[in-house]
Formats: sequence, C-alpha cells, structure tokens
Amino acid sequence: MIVASLVPLQSAIFAVVALAAPAVALTRDPLRQIVVNGFYGWALVILFSVLQAPDVALSMLVVGGLAYPIVVLIAVARVRAGKPKDEGGE
Amino acid sequence: MSRRVRIGIFLAAAASFGALLIWGFIGLTDFGHYKGPYGYVLNRVALPERHMTNVVTSAVFDYRGFDTMGEEFILFASVVGVVLLLRSEGREDDEMEDDTGSDTVRVFGTLMVGGSLLVALWLIAFGFVTPGGGFQGGVALAGGAALLFLAAGYGPFKVLGNETALDPIEGIGAGGYVVVGLAGLVSGAAFLQNVLGPGVPGTLWSGGSAALVNWCAGAEVAAANLILFSQFLEEYLVPLAGKQQS
Amino acid sequence: MSFLPYALVGWICVVGLYGIVTSKHLIHLGLCLSVTQSSTYVLLLSVGYVEGGGPPIFKGIKLGTTAVDPVVQSLVLTDIVVSVTVVALILALALNVHKETGSADPDEIAELSG
Repeated sequence: MIVASLVPLQSAIFAVVALAAPAVALTRDPLRQIVVNGFYGWALVILFSVLQAPDVALSMLVVGGLAYPIVVLIAVARVRAGKPKDEGGE
Repeated sequence: MSRRVRIGIFLAAAASFGALLIWGFIGLTDFGHYKGPYGYVLNRVALPERHMTNVVTSAVFDYRGFDTMGEEFILFASVVGVVLLLRSEGREDDEMEDDTGSDTVRVFGTLMVGGSLLVALWLIAFGFVTPGGGFQGGVALAGGAALLFLAAGYGPFKVLGNETALDPIEGIGAGGYVVVGLAGLVSGAAFLQNVLGPGVPGTLWSGGSAALVNWCAGAEVAAANLILFSQFLEEYLVPLAGKQQS
Repeated sequence: MSFLPYALVGWICVVGLYGIVTSKHLIHLGLCLSVTQSSTYVLLLSVGYVEGGGPPIFKGIKLGTTAVDPVVQSLVLTDIVVSVTVVALILALALNVHKETGSADPDEIAELSG
C-alpha cells in the first residue's frame, strides 16, 4: 500500500500541497499570485511541522509571511506605476 | 521559436525528466525508514559533547559551520547585486513622505513593533536551546523594522533603515564569522573550532564560539534583509512622490 | 512502497518548471522559481523522516528518544532564507528591464535587438 506508513494528517497535508503548487504556477497576474503564494507558504509550514521539523517551519513562516510579500508587492507596484494609463479612458 | 513549439518541446523534456526523477526516487529508502548513521549519531552525541539541546542549530553552526559560512556569503553577494542594480543618484529624503492616515494604526503599530523586535531577539538568543537561531531571528528582526514602515511611515523607518548604519553591520556579521573561525586557528585548534568551552546545556551559556557565530549570522541576515527592504521601498516611493508633487 | 512523498516532489518540480517556461511576466517567473526550489526542501525533509520520531530538540526530553534526522533540516533552513535574496535579485533585474524597455514580458524583451 502506498499510504500505509503515512498518518492521515500527513496524507491530507500532502494533498493540499499538491493542489496548491500548480495553483501558484498557473495564476498569471502577479498581484493575485502573491496571495496564492502566501497560502502555499502556509501549507508548507504545516507540512514541515508534521514532518517534525520546527526550525524549518519557523524559517518558512518568517520568509513566506514577511520577506516574500514585501519584496514582490513593491516590485508589482513599481511595475504598475510605470505603465502608461491606457485603461479606463483618459 | 514560437510559443507553441516551445511548450511542446518543454512537455516532451518534462516527461523524460519526470521519468528520470521517478527512476531515481525508486532507489531511495522507503519514506519513514531513514537508514544513514549520521543523523542518529548526531542526535545521540550533540547534547553530551557540545551541550546544545537544539541539535539542528548545533548542526548549522557547529558541526557544519563551514557550509553556513558559504551560505552567508551567498546572501552577502546577492544583496550587493541588488544594491548595485537599484541604487541610483542620491535622492533627498524630504521628498519621500508617505504617511499612514489613521492615528490608531500608528500607535498600535508602533507598540507592536517593540514586541516583535523582542520576539526576534529571543529567537536569535535562544537558538541553541529551543527551535530558532540566527537565520529565523534575523529575518524576523528585519520584518519588525518593516512593520515600523507600515505603521508609521517612511520617516520613522529611516531611523532603523538608513544604509550608512546597515552596511557596516552587514559587513561585521559576514566578516565576524570568519574572524571567529580564525580565532580557532590562532589558538592552535582547527578553523571554527569551539575555543570558549561548551557551557551548561539548556541555558543561554551553551555553545561557546558557536554562539558568537550565531549572533554574527543573525546580525548579517537582519541587516541584509533590511537593506533589501529599504532599497525596494525607495524604488516604490520616489514615483509616488513624483505623482504627489505634480 | 511509500512512494507518495517522492512523487509529490517530482510533481512540484515539474509544475514549477512549467510555470517558468510559459510565463508572461518576469515577476511571475520569479515566484515559480521559488516553487521549484521548495520541491527540494520537501525532498530533503522526506528523506530524513523517521517513522514515529519526534523533533530533534532534547530540552527536557530524555536523550535517546527517537528523533528525525537533524542534518537535512540544517541544510533546508539556511537555504530558505538565502533563496529570498536570490529571488529579490531576480526582481531587481526585472525592475531594471521594465525601466529600460517598458514591458515586463519575457517574450517581448527577447525580440528586441541592438
């Protein structure tokens, strides 16, 4: 049996990560993608905790919750601010 | 080549890459039956030998401290790259005013900044006792300072985030690691060997020179991330100021 | 035959690569790169997992209780923090490209010459 040695919680979290990863790759708009990436980071934190790795879970928590959103959101805002205003009439 | 052709080639390559990966993974031991002796030996030996109750941090800073030095220099090099790409001619500070509107946000945010900085310092300091360490605490420290920007605006953030103070801190963190290692060499032992004595397990005084290296790494990670955030923030605020003035 | 975690690793890696190849925005490309990197973290932690083991922290716990492998955790934890700065470098490059050419689409930039 493939799942014989996995506890039910581990199987559930593996399924959530397997569904969240293509969601991050397939969201084309960067502003929405950072939100989905936040959810993926949360799923990874739970996965690392379930695999008995608290240091790694802490690391992913601070990085996925603080560093990635700040850096990506500022880049997105800068890219959008530089675009000429051509939607919504002018 | 057109996009469709590129995607077609990629799908063929991905299928063969996936097959290669699966063939490689079949050779691994079953999930949950870790075989290799290194992990078991370290779990047994880290507490009696080095008096550290957090075996992972002892592996990061003591048993495999040389690898961590390499990772720190990767961090240092990419921050140098970002600064070179984004730092342009000097802008005056008074043209970048970004105020949060509400007083409640400002007051409560500033109070919470103190709490989060304290938690980050605790994470770094107690890295050898409970989960934590220089890397996690360093990023949390930089995040606390970024919270100051969100709560109070750009002026107060500049107090914590000016580059004339952060650049030396980052350099001291990266160089301090090497200096502590050389201290081991100078006193006749190996590079990065613990020369301060192991200490008492389960307390703050446990780890010897690995604790110094922990603080150096924490300072460097915090300063590097803060430089990153402030460079990106300057990128964001200057066009905003331009729009407000015009 | 507990193959499921390793299949997950292969799946995440290929999905991230697909996101990179079909990307239309440089920032989207940076985040898909981070997804591919996260597959290596899952792989390393799955290799080191011991069934019925606890975390490798022994404060207040008797020495000798089963614990998972600490060495792979040390590799992963520094890697996560360092990968953020590498993605920030890619984003800085993307910002510069956008400043020079006015678009953040990899396909459009590839066609410019001179």
